[in-house]
Amino acid sequence: MTRPKTTHFDTLSVHAGAKPDPATGARATPIYQSASFVFPDSDHAAALFDMERAGHVYSRLSNPTCAVLEERIAALEGGVGAIATASGQAALHLAIATLLGAGAHIVASRALYGGSHNLLDYTLPRFGIATTFVDPRDLDAWRAAIRLETRLLFGETLGNPGLDVLDIPRVADLAHEHGLPLLVDSTFTTPYLMQPFALGADLVFHSATKFLSGHGVVIGGLLVDSGRFDWDAGSARGKFPTLTEPYAGFHDMVFAEESTTAAFLLRARREGIRDFGACMSPFTAFHVLQGIETLPLRMARHVDNARKVVAFLAGAPLVESVGYPELPGHPDHALARTLLPRGCGAVFSFNLKGTRAQGRKFIESLRLFSHLANVGDAKSLVIHPASTTHFRMSAEDLAKAGITEGTIRLSVGLENADDLIEDLSRALHAAGKG
Amino acid sequence: MKLTVAGKDVYAYTGARAIDAARPSLVFVHGAANDHSVWALQSRYFAHHGSNVLAVDLPGHGRSGGDALPSVEAIADWIPAVLDAAQLGTAALVGHSLGALAVLECAARHAERVAKIALLGPAAPMPVSDALLDAAKRNDHVAYELITGWSYSPAKQLGGNRMPGVWLTGNAMRLMERTRYGVLHDDLNACNEYRGGPAAAARVRCAALVIVGARDLMAPPKNATPLIAALADVREVTLPDCGHALMAEQPDAVLDALRAFL
Repeated sequence: MTRPKTTHFDTLSVHAGAKPDPATGARATPIYQSASFVFPDSDHAAALFDMERAGHVYSRLSNPTCAVLEERIAALEGGVGAIATASGQAALHLAIATLLGAGAHIVASRALYGGSHNLLDYTLPRFGIATTFVDPRDLDAWRAAIRLETRLLFGETLGNPGLDVLDIPRVADLAHEHGLPLLVDSTFTTPYLMQPFALGADLVFHSATKFLSGHGVVIGGLLVDSGRFDWDAGSARGKFPTLTEPYAGFHDMVFAEESTTAAFLLRARREGIRDFGACMSPFTAFHVLQGIETLPLRMARHVDNARKVVAFLAGAPLVESVGYPELPGHPDHALARTLLPRGCGAVFSFNLKGTRAQGRKFIESLRLFSHLANVGDAKSLVIHPASTTHFRMSAEDLAKAGITEGTIRLSVGLENADDLIEDLSRALHAAGKG
Repeated sequence: MKLTVAGKDVYAYTGARAIDAARPSLVFVHGAANDHSVWALQSRYFAHHGSNVLAVDLPGHGRSGGDALPSVEAIADWIPAVLDAAQLGTAALVGHSLGALAVLECAARHAERVAKIALLGPAAPMPVSDALLDAAKRNDHVAYELITGWSYSPAKQLGGNRMPGVWLTGNAMRLMERTRYGVLHDDLNACNEYRGGPAAAARVRCAALVIVGARDLMAPPKNATPLIAALADVREVTLPDCGHALMAEQPDAVLDALRAFL
């Protein structure tokens, strides 16, 4: 049977969720910069509050500009819906707070963004949520870390900063064997390079600050639900009372009964966004939407530039090693070819030979690369993880995460690759002179 | 709530409200490879505005046990048994697509149990292509893709959902993917083989509401004409720019039409 015609990724990047503004005809999605929205009448107002009608009430709960972005990312990821949040960290927190309470446990990859590591290792224990960190490549370690009270498995599509490729199909299978969902941070890959739901993940979040918005001008996050995980069936039954038992905070709603496919998002919006309040501003949503319109074009260029820079660094005498999964020496080279056929992104690390002072000299000699704490910008960026993004980690944990004193992380932007290589070459030369 | 009908577990969404026999009652019946959640907004509204609501999962669907019922007539005879299990006498029936055919047939067969009927996206006949039936029989994912593609109007294929943050077609696809093996085929086959629509419509004595989507490709509005012509007391509502997934595409318009009628 002929497969039905479906809308392509590039087209969804431009159009999903959006239509010309019915009030003004504006073709671009307007910034609905309004805290609240007028009710036609009292009955309509009550129906909106009670979820008998769909619509917007107050921009902490939902906003028309943010809603377009939420639909767009859900379409690109192949999910059922999404929630826009104040930051990627807010998206991670919202996912955890929606599913877990005191006494619950997470099994997480130890190759995480430093901010995620902080939340799991230092902050959440204060609220009674513990995390066991495991080598993301060691499936036996994932399995061994699962306890009776485990409620979530969590990793990054490409670990930070060593680009450990998460074997999503196998980790997802393991999670599902235990009635647990797999949450994935897909910030480094975006749906252009990988769609984790198609590989078995259940929940995805992004720091939209990075490649999705693409220009380093806003802070935002997106939490997406695949709609596949059955919270009330099989070995999951009884593990997720926030979704399967009446919630006194919303008229005894049982979210898994209210929505077969989007129970998680429903609770996240009706409780997490309502009560914790880490919503995205419509101004931010507008910028992220503008970014996503060119996501396929930009990601292809990011990857192309990254490959050229990686090739240059791999042959540079002062460079000890380059950690990029497309290089044959990377431990996840074969897995990357399977899971990331379009490329392994544009953020990677390399290790300099020499002293810490030489590392500092290298960074300070760069002219096009900006020394700052961000990735996924149109502009190329550089940072020294051990003293910045991962500075709270112990030496032992740093080593386990593949970070040394000489590790430099690059985020390759959209400039001409020859200019970037020239910049790196000059800085390496300066560092080599000590 | 959980009911037992013919020895099988049946789930019915009630809006978290207890059933009170003194109130008017409404039964919502979903379409092929769907469940009660397709009525989320409308059923919740009526449950919280003075009606008993039973938004059922048909046998073999969603949270209900048993096998899918093999024909429209079988579903029509099952609905009064649900009312019995809930200790309710009569009810207004609201059905979508396959559910609309079952509601129509139920009103013809069991007039004493049916106060009013609302038919959303009905058709007489409701033919299903052999190719789609074959794909459904194999549980080939292409069957879900085709139905999703045909169920939403062109504009809604790209989103613009009234429900903030929910991707309409993704949600529809995921709901169908949860269907147990063979159920989609059983449902489509029941639609395909049902020939009694006009005759049933002629026997209906209660008031009827027919809601159609002007852009419906699954059950084109012209295919509802024989039913509308045969119903004695009928109101017709056509939703412009709307496909077959009426409750999802235009939830407020559907609710307003139901409120005005019920």
